[in-house]
Amino acid sequence: MARTGPASASARRRRALFRSAGVRFALVYAVVFGLSAFVLAVALWYSTLGLLQHQVQNAIHNDAQTLLEHQEIGGLPSLEEAVQDRLTSSSDEDGIYLLMSATGQILTGNLDHWPAGLTRDNVWYELPVTRRGVSSVALLNVQQLPGGMKLLVGRDMQARLELRDVLRAGLIWALSLMIALGVMGALLIRSLFRRTIKDISATTSAIARGDISRRVPVSGVGDEFDELAVTINEMLDRIARLMDGVRQVSNAIAHDLRTPVTRARARLEDAALHASTKDEMQAAIDRATLDLDGIVAVFEALLRISEIEVGSRRAAFACIDLTPVLTDMDELYRAVAEEKQIVLHTEIETPLPVWADRDLIQQAVVNLLDNSLKFSESLTVISFTAKVVDGMVQIVVADRGPGIAEQDRLRATERFFRGEAARSTQGSGLGLALVLAVAQLHNGTLHLQDNHPGLRAVITIPVYKD
Amino acid sequence: MRILVVEDDKDVAGFVLKGLREAGHTVEHADNGRDGLFLSASENFDAIILDRMLPGGIDGLRLLETLRGQDNTTPVLFLSALGQVDDRVKGLKAGGDDYLTKPFAFAELLARVEALTRRGKSDGPATRLLVGDLEMDLLSRSVRRGAQKIDLQPREFRLLEYLMRHAGQVVTRTMLLEGVWDYHFDPQTNVIDVHISRLRQKVDKPFDTSLLHTVRNAGYMLRAEDI
Repeated sequence: MARTGPASASARRRRALFRSAGVRFALVYAVVFGLSAFVLAVALWYSTLGLLQHQVQNAIHNDAQTLLEHQEIGGLPSLEEAVQDRLTSSSDEDGIYLLMSATGQILTGNLDHWPAGLTRDNVWYELPVTRRGVSSVALLNVQQLPGGMKLLVGRDMQARLELRDVLRAGLIWALSLMIALGVMGALLIRSLFRRTIKDISATTSAIARGDISRRVPVSGVGDEFDELAVTINEMLDRIARLMDGVRQVSNAIAHDLRTPVTRARARLEDAALHASTKDEMQAAIDRATLDLDGIVAVFEALLRISEIEVGSRRAAFACIDLTPVLTDMDELYRAVAEEKQIVLHTEIETPLPVWADRDLIQQAVVNLLDNSLKFSESLTVISFTAKVVDGMVQIVVADRGPGIAEQDRLRATERFFRGEAARSTQGSGLGLALVLAVAQLHNGTLHLQDNHPGLRAVITIPVYKD
Repeated sequence: MRILVVEDDKDVAGFVLKGLREAGHTVEHADNGRDGLFLSASENFDAIILDRMLPGGIDGLRLLETLRGQDNTTPVLFLSALGQVDDRVKGLKAGGDDYLTKPFAFAELLARVEALTRRGKSDGPATRLLVGDLEMDLLSRSVRRGAQKIDLQPREFRLLEYLMRHAGQVVTRTMLLEGVWDYHFDPQTNVIDVHISRLRQKVDKPFDTSLLHTVRNAGYMLRAEDI
């Protein structure tokens, strides 16, 4: 640990630099940009020079053909005359002509001597020449004439060579400029990348330290990073809600389960201390068992709600028609309602296709019906309807009971919340919490409304479309 | 009946064993998965009560999968503290015939185990069910008691059919909810009691003797008076 020399430290820093995603992205950008610029330059270079070369070759070829035609038609004098004509007319200052006899004597032309190395016919040469004492470079082509004579036609390339130099210099400049721009772009990308990532990593590490209220700032540009930020924030909101739920549950367990546990314990202790007959003991044990069953039921309801809120039950989702499901429920509860002399007024549309977990929907609706039956007086009406409204399946259970006071309505879906009217009745205060959790799991809502008088509970779930 | 209980918790196992013996069954006990697998594979039982989480390297699921892999079809009831829906589904998929979550009432366990063994024996394509003078024809879907025809709603028919198939056994409210309505949760209101009382009005009320009995702290039982 103490033996970390400066060399290894700098090596580590270098490695860390290449491990940075920002640097990697920037490098990739620079390399891709540089390569494409290089390819562009090379392509420009070769196509420009190639085109020039080609044009010159064409001109030389055409010129030579014309001269050969002169020779064919008018013989040597005509050819010499045509060459002389070209030399004097100076239509093309770069034109190079040389007519040589079979013995190697120059008959006419503007070159001082036959260029060295020019040995084969009808092949393109690029050779140094001297024209009237001035040396230069020329593109040359030799045609064999009858009688051993040779005609050399060419073009002076000096100007074009200069052009090539200019072009090369230009391209080199442009290329270096491009590389500089590429590096700058890469650095820019890296800093952009870093800044965005820094926001996200600052937020997440703050959350890791325990500050769940932090959110990733959204720039508002609407780019991919914004999308990512929004997604992350949504995720964080959901986690915060879940954590809130867990906190609520632990608080609730601490407060609300203490009561029945205390009651059961008191009964057992009382019986142990004071029960004088076997029957009294038996009765105390029976009641304590019932209390414990009640506690277990509360536990199960709590676990079920958390299970639903976590969303782990989506595996059981399927496309189902709610009509038979709700009709069954109507049949199950109609008997109970009649027993209590309550009129159950049911209207269920058909079909009601939804993407849902059948068990959960049943349980949610059963909770609403249970509630309504519990709080309804005899000879009142409970209305149970289900229909499609604006692309949503709407399940309504409305009773004429005491309802929920307006200030309590929002809190009625909290775990263990019990309204004024419910205090004196049996129940755990978990029923509506479960209904809400089920509705939300199905991307739906639960609304509690005033039924003037009574409670009107409305579950909405999106209609399933293929 | 000969029942194997594979359960590692001493108190729970003792309670279950005692209860089953009192109900007249012969009981064997294993307190870990290895012994449980050995016993269940080497001897014949009418039913196995199996804990999910067991010591000894083989848990309840593994034990059952191994057993089913050997074409052993002994009815198995899972008894588990793992009560989530997924756990239940896993247990039934592995070849379990029923699933009961801890904590449980002994009456519920007993009723379910007895229902399992009955199901194992007489799942033949019966077309006629008979309990005392009550007769159900499953083909014409008609019910008569003695000479008198009884008219039942479809759901009442299914309720009575379930009770008749388990005649002489205790049937709990949860079993009825699951078996007749296919509901896997407990409503707060006494829905089952209401439906049973309606069924009674039709099946028992007009006659001298009653067949449908309430078993305190447990559920219901359909049985002829003379048994």
